[in-house]
Formats: sequence, C-alpha cells, structure tokens
Amino acid sequence: MSTVVLEAKGLAKRYGDAVVVAGIDLSVNQGEVIGLLGPNGAGKTTTILMLLGLTEASEGSVSILGKDPLRRPLEVKREVGYLPDAVGFYDTMTGRENLAYTAKLAGMSRDLARERIAAALEKVRLSDAADRPVATYSRGMRQRLGIAELLMRDCRIAILDEPTSGLDPQSTQELLDLILDLSRGGMTILLSSHMLDVVQSICSRVALFNKGRIGFFGTIEELAARIGRGSFVIDVEADGIDLGQLAGKTDGVTSVAAASHGLWQVEATRDVRSDLAKLVVEAGGRLKNLDLRRARLDEAYNRYFREVANAA
Amino acid sequence: MRREGSPFRGVGTVALKEAADHMTSARMHLIMLLVLLTAVGAVYGAIDRIRDTTAQDAYLFLKLFTVAREPLPSFAAFLGFLLPLVAVALGFDAINGEFNRRTMSRLLAQPIYRDAVLFGKFLGGLLVIAIALLTLWLMMVGLGMLFLGLPPSGADIVRGVFWLAATLAYAGVWLALAIAFSTVIRSPATSALAALSVWLVLTVFWGMIAPLVAGIVAPIDPFDPMSMLNRFEWQQAIARISPQTLYGEVTGLLLDPAARSVGPLFMHQMQGAVIGAPLPTMQSLLIVWPQISGLIAAMLVLFTLAYVVFQRQEVRA
Repeated sequence: MSTVVLEAKGLAKRYGDAVVVAGIDLSVNQGEVIGLLGPNGAGKTTTILMLLGLTEASEGSVSILGKDPLRRPLEVKREVGYLPDAVGFYDTMTGRENLAYTAKLAGMSRDLARERIAAALEKVRLSDAADRPVATYSRGMRQRLGIAELLMRDCRIAILDEPTSGLDPQSTQELLDLILDLSRGGMTILLSSHMLDVVQSICSRVALFNKGRIGFFGTIEELAARIGRGSFVIDVEADGIDLGQLAGKTDGVTSVAAASHGLWQVEATRDVRSDLAKLVVEAGGRLKNLDLRRARLDEAYNRYFREVANAA
Repeated sequence: MRREGSPFRGVGTVALKEAADHMTSARMHLIMLLVLLTAVGAVYGAIDRIRDTTAQDAYLFLKLFTVAREPLPSFAAFLGFLLPLVAVALGFDAINGEFNRRTMSRLLAQPIYRDAVLFGKFLGGLLVIAIALLTLWLMMVGLGMLFLGLPPSGADIVRGVFWLAATLAYAGVWLALAIAFSTVIRSPATSALAALSVWLVLTVFWGMIAPLVAGIVAPIDPFDPMSMLNRFEWQQAIARISPQTLYGEVTGLLLDPAARSVGPLFMHQMQGAVIGAPLPTMQSLLIVWPQISGLIAAMLVLFTLAYVVFQRQEVRA
C-alpha cells in the first residue's frame, strides 16, 4: 500500500513579484486521503492546479503515477479526476447529459458511458433528478454530480477543491460519506478545505498550508504532538482545590488551563485521568467530572496558525 | 518541451456539443428568424423585378441573389450585412462564458488539450453557420424554381457552391473576431459590445471613412489625371480592410459571369473583349482569389490571436 502515486518537489509559483506558492514538497501514497488545509489565499488551489498541470509551475516538478503532468497531460488527466471549487455544469443540459459529455471527452464508448453514468448517479442518489436540467439543482446536488463524474470516470486519483464549502451540515456529511466511499474503492484522494473538523473525520494525513508553504505534513496525532501539547484533552470539574498548582507536576500533563470557576482543561500526552482523580481526592477536593476527549483538529490547527502568526 | 498526445483529441466532441447548444438556443432562433424574414423579403423583391426584365437578362438564376428592388437590398447584400451579426451572436461568449459558468476548469481537467476547446468552439459555430447558409441557399433556389420556373444549370450550381464557400469564409472572419473578443474580455456583455462596434464601423461607416482617408493620403491634382487613378486605388485599398468590401467583390464576380474586374478597367484593356460575354467560372474565381485569400487570412490571424491569448490564460478566474 505504500506506493507513491503523487510526488511534488520544490513546487513554486510566482506571478511577477508575488509569491503564491513558495516551494512545496508533497508525497502521497496510494489509497490515502490527504487533507490540504489552510486559510484562503494560502496557495492550496494554485498547488492543486500545478499538480494537475493546468498551471505551469515557476519551479519544481510534479510526478503523478510516474508521469509529468506537463509533458504527458492527457495520460495524467485520464487517471486524475478534478472537482473544482464551486464546480460548474452546463445549466441547460440535464445531469445525465453533462456526464455524457465528459464521458465522450474521456473517449468512452456510448454503451459503457451509459452504464457507468447510471451506476454513478445511483450511487450519489441523483437518479431521480438525472433528467432534470442542472439549473434546477441545489448546491449539494451539484457537488454530488461532481462526485458522480469522478466515479464514472473511474480515476485512480481524485483532487477535490473545497468540496464542502457552502453546504449545510447534512449535505456536508453526505458528501463526506461519498468521499469515504471513493476512498474505500481504492481511490487516492486529495481534498482542500478550511473546515477542519470536517476533514478530520476522513483524512489519513493532513498538510497545513501557510503563506505558500506547507508548515506541517503528517497525521492528526502527529500534528497535535508537533504543536507541543498532548493529543488528549481532559475536562476536570472539581471543588475545593486548585488543579492548576496540583496537576502541573504530573508526568504526561503538558498544560492546565482554568476554563471557569471549578473547571479546568488539562492537556496531556497520555490518559492521565486516574492520576488526576487521585490528585484531586488526596488534596481533599470533591471531584465532580472527568471527561476525556481527543484533541480536535481545529483546536490544533487554530493553535498552529496562532503560533505561526506569533513567530512571524 | 514537447508534449505528448494529439491536440485534436476531443475537437469533434466539443464542436458537436457547441453546435447542438447553438441549434437549441433562443439566441440562435431569434437571429435566424431575422435572417429568414429579410432573406424571403429580398428574394421576393428580386423575383418581382426579374419578372419585369426577363427578356433582357442573361444568367437569370444567379440574378436571384444579386438583384434588388427598392427599398430592399439584394439577398447577397443582406448576407454581407447580417451574417456578421449571426457570427457575433454565436461567438461572443464562447470562452468567457465557460469561465463565468465555472465550467472551464472542469472542462480542462478532462483528458483533452486546451486547443481542442478553442478549435471545437470555432468549428461548432462554423458548422451551425454552414448549415444555416445551405438551408437558406436551398430555400432561395426552391423559391426561384417555384415562382419563376427557373431550373439552375450545372454552371449556376458550381458558381453558387463557390459563392457559398466564400460566404462561409466571410462568416468565419466574424466568428473568429467574436471568439477573440470573448477570450480577451472577461465579461460577455462587453465582448459582445466590442464585437458589434467593430461590425458597425466596418460595415456601415467604413464606406464613408475610406474616401476621406484616401483624399488625405492621395489628394487629386487637377493637372495630373493619374492622380485621380492613384486616389481611387488608395480608396479601394483602404476599403478592402473591411471584410465586407472583400466579400462584396467576391459576390460581384462569382454571381455575375459578365463581370471582368473588381478594380478600374481601361479602354485598351477591353480591346477585343466581347462585352457581356460570360467568363468561365474558374476565371471569375481567379479574379477574386486574392479577396478570398484575404478573408481566410483575416480569419486565421484573428483565430491565432484568440489561440495565443487562450493558451496563456490562467485557469482560475
């Protein structure tokens, strides 16, 4: 499973003096779901376009499935599906006709295309709406139609640019389930987003973009560790003690923050609940609640960008 | 850096899709209705006129396209004026429309080259124009046969087909212009206005501008008769910048076998000529070959401009 399917080395893009992407290294293994995260204008979309060969890089090289997307664009584009940010379809054509057009461009035979389009539409639950003009589709339906296009083309790599932006929570969840489905089918997926808690649930690794660079590339646990604090967050509710003084010395605890009166948020590198309980009880306090949860990606992420901003 | 794969992959698909879009669009229906009405009017006038003068006229069938009855212009003149409008209507949002619908990046992510998109758009538009032209032409021929009982001769058909091809090249110039504007200008409304301004200047005002400019460049010296000729030639050269002038000259020669020249003709050049005798079709064609080449060259230059700009355009709008 560790075959590298996509590799970028020193990828950079400049428009005159403005540096949009300043040297990016990225290596993606087969079957991974990679989240490209970062604020707007961090260079995510430009990176994606360079990976696809739709924009020429100022520097650096890309290799997708061992091919250079600038030199052999047709072969690369046949294997790689792209769902652009706020994807557009031809409004006067039906969903089915839109897919039939791309199938024809991909060189599919008419019969094969009809079969695959029907299957793909079924999978994204658009079969009922398939023969209505796309003008009548909601935003979520358009995104699902975009996913259907990737399904139909049966690409090996799918690159999704902000697939969930502007969707309501329910449509977002539906779309994420579909993306997971694609991934289970063996597709390697790159998706960009700034909605972090969303991406957390499906990404195997994340890359944090900041000002045209990748600040961090790894799993969510590594991200939490890298940021210098534990990946465990424990909410402690107790009376009659000052946990801030007590827990600071405990092995594994990285920080204790008082959230409100009698409520602390403890971050640790391991599950320290039993130690905390013992501490509170031994100090004569009354323990009311101990709640363990994993560090959410958006907490880690916000902290990361706060640190980057402070360092700058 | 050499790229692999054919740039023409997908051209046919794009062209057919564009053609189908045009055929079903309200825009095209409206403009073709306009063309149809004017064409029928023009031919009706021509038929009326031909009926009066049948006895003196040779090449009656070709006259169907060139004879006019006041206040209507002839069918050929109508095409020269309205065809650019059709072409602009088909092309003004070819490229920027894709960007505005946000379909461009998805389209370019398909396994085709950018070339295919532009070629396909141009060919699709040209295909629609060709179909419309052929239909119109057949309709005119049919009307002529019905009302005048005039069957076209073989030579008439050959001349007619050459003329149709030249007309298509003329429409191609305007289609290429409209597509070039749609590539350079991001807003479809602005690009339509730009294309229509060029159309107005070149078809309506150019006829007035050319003599003015020629008068400044080559003033007439009352004591030098050659200066008059010089001025006339300047005027003609300037007028020929407009594709409409070129097309008018092509029409004049191809649809009138008796016509000998598009420029000034001297008495000594006419020596021994049988006035009114028809030229062979190929000879007529040879006379306007430069004009036809000019039309095709203009089309290619405009298309190349659009091509170069489009290839360098960023995908993200």
